Order: sequence, then C-alpha cells, then structure tokens
Amino acid sequence: MSLFSPEAYAKSVVASVQEYSLLAGRAVGDLFSRPRYIADTFTQMDSIGVGSLPIVVLTGFFTGCVLALQAAVSLKEFGAVNMTGRLVALSMVKELGPVLTGLMVSGRNASGMASELGSMKVSEQIDAMRALGTDPIRKLVAPRIVATVFMLFFLTIISDACGTGGGALIAVTLLHLNGPAFFHTAYMSLVYGDVIEGLTKPLFSGFIIASIGCYYGLTTTGGTRGVGRATTQAVVVSSVLIILCDFLVTQFMIGIFGR
Amino acid sequence: MAAALTVPSSAVDDLPEGTPIVAFDHVSIGFETHKVLTDISFSVARGETRIILGPAGCGKSTLMKLANGLLDPDAGEISIFGRKLSSMSEREVFAMRAHVGMVFQESALFDSLDVEDNVAYRLHEDKVPEDQIHDRVVEALRFVELEKAISKFPSELSGGMRRRVSIARAIITKPDLILYDSPTGGLDPITSTTIIELVVKQRDVSSTTSLLITHRLQDAFTLATHRWDTTTNSMQKIPNGDLDPNTKFLVLNEGHIVFDGTTRELTHSTDPWLKAYLE
Ligand SMILES: Nc1ncnc2c1ncn2[C@@H]1O[C@H](COP(=O)(O)OP(=O)(O)O)[C@@H](O)[C@H]1O
Ligand SMILES: [Mg+2]
Repeated sequence: MSLFSPEAYAKSVVASVQEYSLLAGRAVGDLFSRPRYIADTFTQMDSIGVGSLPIVVLTGFFTGCVLALQAAVSLKEFGAVNMTGRLVALSMVKELGPVLTGLMVSGRNASGMASELGSMKVSEQIDAMRALGTDPIRKLVAPRIVATVFMLFFLTIISDACGTGGGALIAVTLLHLNGPAFFHTAYMSLVYGDVIEGLTKPLFSGFIIASIGCYYGLTTTGGTRGVGRATTQAVVVSSVLIILCDFLVTQFMIGIFGR
Repeated sequence: MAAALTVPSSAVDDLPEGTPIVAFDHVSIGFETHKVLTDISFSVARGETRIILGPAGCGKSTLMKLANGLLDPDAGEISIFGRKLSSMSEREVFAMRAHVGMVFQESALFDSLDVEDNVAYRLHEDKVPEDQIHDRVVEALRFVELEKAISKFPSELSGGMRRRVSIARAIITKPDLILYDSPTGGLDPITSTTIIELVVKQRDVSSTTSLLITHRLQDAFTLATHRWDTTTNSMQKIPNGDLDPNTKFLVLNEGHIVFDGTTRELTHSTDPWLKAYLE
C-alpha cells in the first residue's frame, strides 16, 4: 500500500472528469448523426420506465402521506390546517417528486447500467462490439441517455400525482379535512414557475443517471470485483450529483421566477 | 448503414502486389505502470497465417488488439491493408474493422443475444435483409458444426462451443483478415483439435490472412504440418514431412520479438531461450 498522495489523487479526479465529459459529449453528439439505435432506445425505455414504475408510485405515494401528516401537525399550531393541500402539492411538485424519483431511479438504473456495461467490459464484450464495427457509445450509451431523460420526466409526473393523491387520502381519512378543498388549495398554490422547476429537474437527473452509470460501467477494470465497485460508485456519485444539481436548478429558478 | 454499403466488398483486392496486410513498425505500448510491448516490427503478407507464441502475459493479446485498432500504440506505426491506423478517422477505423474478423480469448459472445443473433450481429448492423441473414447464419454455423445450437444462449454452451460460435461470428462476413486470440486456450485436447481443424479449413479453403495466438506448441505445429483436403473434407498431414509454406511464426518474450520467421527456421534456431521454450 503506497502512501496517499494528494497530487496523484487530484490528477486522477481531473482525468476522470475529463474522460466523463468526453463520453457524455460524444454520446450527445451521436444523437445527431446516423446510425441511431432506435430499437435499443425502446428496450431501455421499457426497462427504465416501466420497470421503475412500482417503486416510483410507492415512494411518491407514501412521501405524500407523510408530508400531509407532518404538515398538519405544524400547520395546526397556526390554525392553518386547511393549507395542508398547498404544502403537500408545492413540496411534491417542486422538490420531493423530482429528487426522490431521481434517487430511486438512480439506485435502480445507474447501478443496473454500471453493472451491465461493467460485465460487458470485463468479459471483453465491449471490445468485441468495437471489433464488429459498432461504436459502443452510440449503441449502448446514447440510447440509455435518451431513454432515461425521457422516462424520468414522466415518472416524475406520476410521482407528483401519486404524492398529491397520497396526501389527499391522509388528509381526508386521518385528518378529516375536506377533500375538494385540499385539491383546490393544492391547485391554486401551484404557479407556472413551480411546474417548470419541477419538470426541469428530471431532465438533468435523467442525464446524470444514465451518463454516470454508463461511465462507471465502461471504465470498469479488475474483473468481477471491479464490477461491484463500479456499481457502488455509480449510485453514490449519481445520487450526490442529482442533489447538487437539484440545488443549482432551484437556485437558478428562484432567480428567474422569484420563488 | 450507409457507410457500410459504400465500403468495397474486399479490402485487399485493390492493394498493390506485395503490400503487407498487417505491418507493425517500431510499435511500443505500455499501461499505467509498465511497458508491455517494446519496439515491435513485423509484417504479415497476404494469405499468410502468422502464429504468435510466447509465455502468458508477454503481450500477445495486446498486440492483437493493437492490430485491430482497439488500443492505440504509444509509439510507432501500425498499417492494416496498407493504410496507417493513425491516419484514419474513427469512422474509417470502424469501416476497416468490417474486413477483420476477431475471435477473443474468452470468446466475448454477447450474453443478451442467442447464438443466431450473436453470429448475425454484423449482418444486422449492415442492414442485410432478414431472409438472407438466417441462411448465412446457418451456413456459418454449419462450418463450425454447431447448427443445432442456433437458438441457445451463450450461458448454455460449453467453452469449446462458445469458441466455435465466436469463430462463426468472425467469419460470417468473409473477412480479409482473421485474428484468433488463443482459440484453443483452456480446452481439452480433442476440442482443441476440432478448433485447429477449423482454422486449417478456413486457411486452406478461403486462403484468408490470419494471426493466431496460442501457447500450445502442438497446435502451432499441427497448423504448420497439416492441410485441408477438400476431396475427403478432412485435415490431412502434409506428406514427406513437408510444411505449409504460408504458415510463419512470431515468438514474443517480455514485450520483445525473439523470433520472426518460418517453421523450419524456428525448429532449427540455436537461440538458447527459444530452444528451452520449444522443449
Ligand atoms: N487494459 C489493461 N490495463 C492494464 N494492463 C494491461 C491491460 N491489458 C493487458 N495488460 C497487461 O499487459 C500485459 C500483457 O497482457 P496480454 O497481452 O493479455 O498478455 P498475453 O495475452 O500474452 O497473455 C500483462 O502484464 C497485463 O497485465
Ligand atoms: Mg492473452
């Protein structure tokens, strides 16, 4: 075991960032020229979108339930318990829907991509693909990025809806609030900017999940142990980046819409 | 794929007489920590079968990946079909690979595809009509005597069968150059002989240029001393102890070339390391 060298570490981080940027840039560039792998994109959409539906519905729903419970406790102190709908809807649409869906899909798909591509890398299937005349970035990375960005957008909408629905259910059954009033305050509180903010985030998260998952997969070394390491790193890094990106987008949107 | 349709069906037909198919010119490559190949120069003529020998870890697979542009050398120049790899664009390298068949050390079949789709991979990429694909896949699988496994998945095959599927996948487009990385590695002697028979058949029936890595000396000498007899459709020993004139050897050790020449020169070599290695 050699001594830890900050200089070597910093260099390796910079090299990774550069390598990642090149990969992501090339994958995006590949979208604008032929050949495009449309069938692979649909397969990925099915596995990412349909496959993640159960966890996204469940997490969205229960997050909405918890939000309603917690919000009601605090709001009661101010005699504003009728505002529960507003709080649930705003939190879900602007923040929790996008972030939790991103984290869930990252846990499921960034890891899946890293391990699938990582296994292909260590068993030389990636080299075989290149030897057979196919660019792996075009065939494997670009379809995953398109599919994840596209599906995460809709999964986020579903999560927002399930969360608001879950909040309403709790509000009506446990808190004995008026159902229509819940939805009315929820609906009235959301403005254009909130929706734009909530729907911009998954575009970034989707890109992060797919590009980071593929990057760690394609740079896997060291056999099956390396695949395990790549998988873990893909989830950790993509999760952190999703939250970081969430912060930046929020800040940016506050700058634009003032809320 | 428009690019694939515009490439000529053969990369070697228009080459001037005497142009080597593969040429390495003072090539060196290293990975992060150590040098793997140092100052490698050799060339492979058209129709030649070049057997690459050497102890494990001496850089044979690395050399083969360099030849297909899968790795870039740190120094030196590699030419394939008379064109320098370093002067080609990424797209041209992919187009060049359409004329090269490669059999990987661990077969490297696509786990997610069955045998038929693995073998047909290139035809699918080139958008060959579906009805032709099936016939050509059956033909390629018949060559490796594996028609019955057509709908199996790689995980259901034995090591020898995977290797044969991998050969079928490499030869289906009738490439002008075939790179075999340890096609008999880790196989029992009988299966190894079957694979070597396939290589001899491919060499003598299609006279394709090839590079073949092996660390089993008897495989190398079987290749040098046998030929494919088309009348009996079997591999026969060349009579009178004659040798196949197109089979040549390259021996590597610790990243250097220690021998480059014909079978007879190899067996008559007086180099002490080489003698010990051939024992
Ligand atoms: N991608 C790689 N990264 C780092 N080292 C490698 C890589 N590929 C091969 N090597 C090293 O290069 C040397 C030669 O490997 P290889 O060409 O596979 O040998 P051979 O096929 O002759 O057994 C080995 O020491 C191996 O560890
Ligand atoms: Mg090897």
